[in-house]
Amino acid sequence: MNLVVAMKQIPDLQQIRFSNRRPVLADVPKSFGNIDKNALEAAVLIKESYGDGKVTVVSAGNEELEDTIKEALAAGADEAFLITDDNALDDADSSIVAQVLTEAIKQLEDVDLLLFGEGSGDNYSGQMGPRVAKLLDLPMVGYASAIEIKGDTAIVVRTLEDVEEVVEVSLPAVITVQSGINEPRIPSVTQILKAGRKPKTVQDLEDLDLGSDHKNQVVTIDILAPESNRKQIKVNNASQLLDALKNENLIGG
Amino acid sequence: MAGIMIYSAKDNLALELLSAARALAATSGDEIKALTVNNDSQAQMLSAAGADVYTINSSGLVPADIGAMADSLAQAVQQMAANVVLLSSDRSGKELAGSLAQAIGAGCITDVLDLQGKDGRIECRRNALGGAAIATQYIESDRQVIAIAPKTFSAASGQGGSVTELQVSVKPSSIKVLEVKEKDKDSVNIDEADIIVAVGQGLNSKEDLAMVEELANKLGGQVACSKPVATDKKWLSEERVIGLSGKQCKPDLAILLGISGQVQFTVGIRDAKTIVAVNSDENAVINQMADYVLTADLHEVVPELISLLA
Ligand SMILES: Cc1cc2nc3c(=O)[nH]c(=O)nc-3n(C[C@H](O)[C@H](O)[C@H](O)COP(=O)(O)OP(=O)(O)OC[C@H]3O[C@@H](n4cnc5c(N)ncnc54)[C@H](O)[C@@H]3O)c2cc1C
Ligand SMILES: Nc1ncnc2c1ncn2[C@@H]1O[C@H](COP(=O)(O)O)[C@@H](O)[C@H]1O
Repeated sequence: MNLVVAMKQIPDLQQIRFSNRRPVLADVPKSFGNIDKNALEAAVLIKESYGDGKVTVVSAGNEELEDTIKEALAAGADEAFLITDDNALDDADSSIVAQVLTEAIKQLEDVDLLLFGEGSGDNYSGQMGPRVAKLLDLPMVGYASAIEIKGDTAIVVRTLEDVEEVVEVSLPAVITVQSGINEPRIPSVTQILKAGRKPKTVQDLEDLDLGSDHKNQVVTIDILAPESNRKQIKVNNASQLLDALKNENLIGG
Repeated sequence: MAGIMIYSAKDNLALELLSAARALAATSGDEIKALTVNNDSQAQMLSAAGADVYTINSSGLVPADIGAMADSLAQAVQQMAANVVLLSSDRSGKELAGSLAQAIGAGCITDVLDLQGKDGRIECRRNALGGAAIATQYIESDRQVIAIAPKTFSAASGQGGSVTELQVSVKPSSIKVLEVKEKDKDSVNIDEADIIVAVGQGLNSKEDLAMVEELANKLGGQVACSKPVATDKKWLSEERVIGLSGKQCKPDLAILLGISGQVQFTVGIRDAKTIVAVNSDENAVINQMADYVLTADLHEVVPELISLLA
């Protein structure tokens, strides 16, 4: 069973500072998005229950990725396939990244199952899995909360807002996972030490054959922090709190 | 002249999209065409609201097969000569957006919280950086797919629509639906509540929910929660989740109990008029976006509040 997991490197969102409402991303540490870690864990669990196989992480991003990827290799991935660039990928929209990931995946052999997060940790647009599935002409099942491999099919519980569908999809296929699907493992120290020695292919974005037409279709005018001016008044106990709320006519009495 | 096509599998969201399309068409003069798939009652409903409806009826089309749905929509886009497609940003609408955009070579923006026709562009606002910021974007390509968050627009009404049938070809699907289970219905609309009492992972046990519910009752409010309380612990339904993957709420008063304040949560509550944070950690991030900060154990504070309100 050859499994591919697409993981996106994102800035640590809690550490982003804003200057004049604009995010300052320089020097913010990178890691993989939480849901992408769920996707990796799902792949590793499938591989373990299958008895053999390989989990390859595919990721497109800037050069910090070569360091970030250790996190995934420690958490159970066997190999990594990275496409890196100074900054072009950080500004690329979903249509371009989908094309990049597709070209990378095409270089991998005999892929049975491709796992994506339902949304990346920063952009959360949910486009990548569906786009790559279309580009590879593979069936796709989204919002998986459970996956079971049965012969050459996967049985997937697809959890939507109001219903849960149990669907059978023939492999190879693309599946996007939700965060509730599992609890990602915390790698041990030995696993972290071994991660650096696992096979890693790094390709330069420029070496991919993307054709001529790869221009952002989505233009970002600005990205600004929402304005907030909260009072942050400290109260010492429940009755002080109630008094304050009553004074503002927020509660009766 | 260009055309706007709207589609949602859900009736209420389809009506919201009709309003969105009308708002855009008011400045652009675009023609609006509503699509329905295997759903005659929705076609009637949209036509009764004044829409020109085009219907696809194909027994071979599996709605869970997003790729096949996208192929059918792509054919409809072609036949209608539409260049803007508005979809609903519920879960299946959002994945359809990515798939359709790829199928028709369109740029795509999902989870749109606000949109506006301006200088011949459609300016969209959506959360960025996990909700820490708001991005204003537009699509430059001729074809555009925009998925709009539920409740961004109100439901359309009107009269004098029409219904026309469309033919599309559908390939055999590699996806089979084995079972459909309705989820336990929790019909609460936390996004409409004036007062919200929300709990996070600071809550010790499911049993402790009882006092939180009692407090909410006393205040005439609704109980809501952070995501892990619903998806990991399963103490409350996902209907009650506030945040990026939950609901966007704008209550007059939000009392947040044992919630740390990560951006994916705060994005759903930052428009509340007044925010109270009760957290045992005096450095909890949530305190920075609260109007009233009480550093204490919620398991002590909640019973006190209840008895003071008695
Ligand atoms: C793509 C994506 C989308 C997401 N969408 C959402 C979303 O829509 N909504 C959402 O909520 N999350 C979402 N998350 C998860 C989010 O990142 C956080 O993990 C989550 O909000 C944390 O929930 P919490 O604050 O309840 O738990 P924690 O972060 O564990 O915080 C618990 C808090 O309780 C306090 N506490 C502990 N004991 C007590 C006590 N006895 N009394 C008082 N306080 C106590 C602690 O000090 C701490 O601050 C998303 C994540 C991703 C990656
Ligand atoms: N640059 C990237 N490299 C690898 N995988 C990605 C990248 N961007 C997105 N993904 C994958 O696509 C999913 C959805 O991303 P998004 O469309 O940005 O919400 C993520 O959860 C990842 O699995």
